[in-house]
Amino acid sequence: MPETVKLEVTRYRPEQEDEPSFATYEVPFRKDWVVLDALNYIKDRLDGTLSFRWSCRMGVCGSCGMRVDGEPKLTCATFLADYLPGPIRVEPLEHFPIVRDLVVDLSDFLRKLTKVKPWIVREHEKPVEEGEYLQTPEQLDAYKPLSMCINCMLCYSACPIYGLEQSFIGPAAIALAQRYSRDSRDQGAAERLKLLQQTDGIWQCTFVGECSAVCPKNVDPAGAIQQYKLEAATQWFLSLLPRGGR
Amino acid sequence: MTMSSSAPAHYRPYHPKWYRQRVSVWWWLEKPVYALFVLRELTSVAVAFFALMLLALIRAVAAGPEAYARFQAKLQSPLFLVLDGIALALVLFHTVTWFNVAPKALVVRIGGRRVPDALVAGAHYAAWLGLSGVVAYVLLRG
Repeated sequence: MPETVKLEVTRYRPEQEDEPSFATYEVPFRKDWVVLDALNYIKDRLDGTLSFRWSCRMGVCGSCGMRVDGEPKLTCATFLADYLPGPIRVEPLEHFPIVRDLVVDLSDFLRKLTKVKPWIVREHEKPVEEGEYLQTPEQLDAYKPLSMCINCMLCYSACPIYGLEQSFIGPAAIALAQRYSRDSRDQGAAERLKLLQQTDGIWQCTFVGECSAVCPKNVDPAGAIQQYKLEAATQWFLSLLPRGGR
Repeated sequence: MTMSSSAPAHYRPYHPKWYRQRVSVWWWLEKPVYALFVLRELTSVAVAFFALMLLALIRAVAAGPEAYARFQAKLQSPLFLVLDGIALALVLFHTVTWFNVAPKALVVRIGGRRVPDALVAGAHYAAWLGLSGVVAYVLLRG
């Protein structure tokens, strides 16, 4: 086991430079250290000006997504030991504008996420006295895997379509639309499908499949999008039949 | 991906001066999975080629025995043998890659349980084999 390992980290200081560059830092190697530990070591001991996002350190908050040796990863779950002997390249997520160093601007995603109404849509709210909206375990299973999404944006970084067509709503937002549309308490499925059938929705996806491959929570956005396409196509065929197939 | 310079803007404190990364036209060479994806998309050209060949065949059959014989002779030329060989390989790649991802789109539930992916893909292969068997029977029985 080596004593130290080198990290090549993207630096972009907009007040000083027009383009990002790499800075190399040498950090102690510990077998239980993840890339985020190494970045925090740099920030604490070597260079306090390095900027990056992080919060929970345990794969729940989705803040520390970066590219490690080119692959989108949660840096809190990416061990230095898997990248020996190094140097390990740490870059900001791809396809988003860089604000500073490893920090990217996620406003585009947040705007798109709001569009798909990621909440339970009701035509009529039931009065509080009538109690909760109950759900069976099977009804919960229908959407639970999709609800594991932590908005870490690794899927957007892995999606070449989003890189080429920034108007594409994108994997996580579509997966979250599907998460609510499959919820037995929700009544907004038709509205969401109508939005997602438009030019920037599901049909932009050409099923590269990398979004699902990089997802740290096994959400499978690629699957969610393809299932949406199947649903949209089926509805269209049915609409061609007399009386809409009913 | 390669980084290229965006329009340089003057930095004002507390106002972001974003650096936008541009996607290179060679993005599909950056990861083997991207290259495989592009190859899978390109194989649809081979599918179109076979469809056109089938249409030409139907036209030749409709035009009578002589036209059909001419068409067959043409197909036996080295050019068409090579073209058909390449197209067949691409179409097989197309079929296998799409069958393998079919379970992602096709979620079948029986009795509240999701049918395993292998079974959904397996059903596609079984249907392929079955239909090929029917075609082989029709062609070879005489």
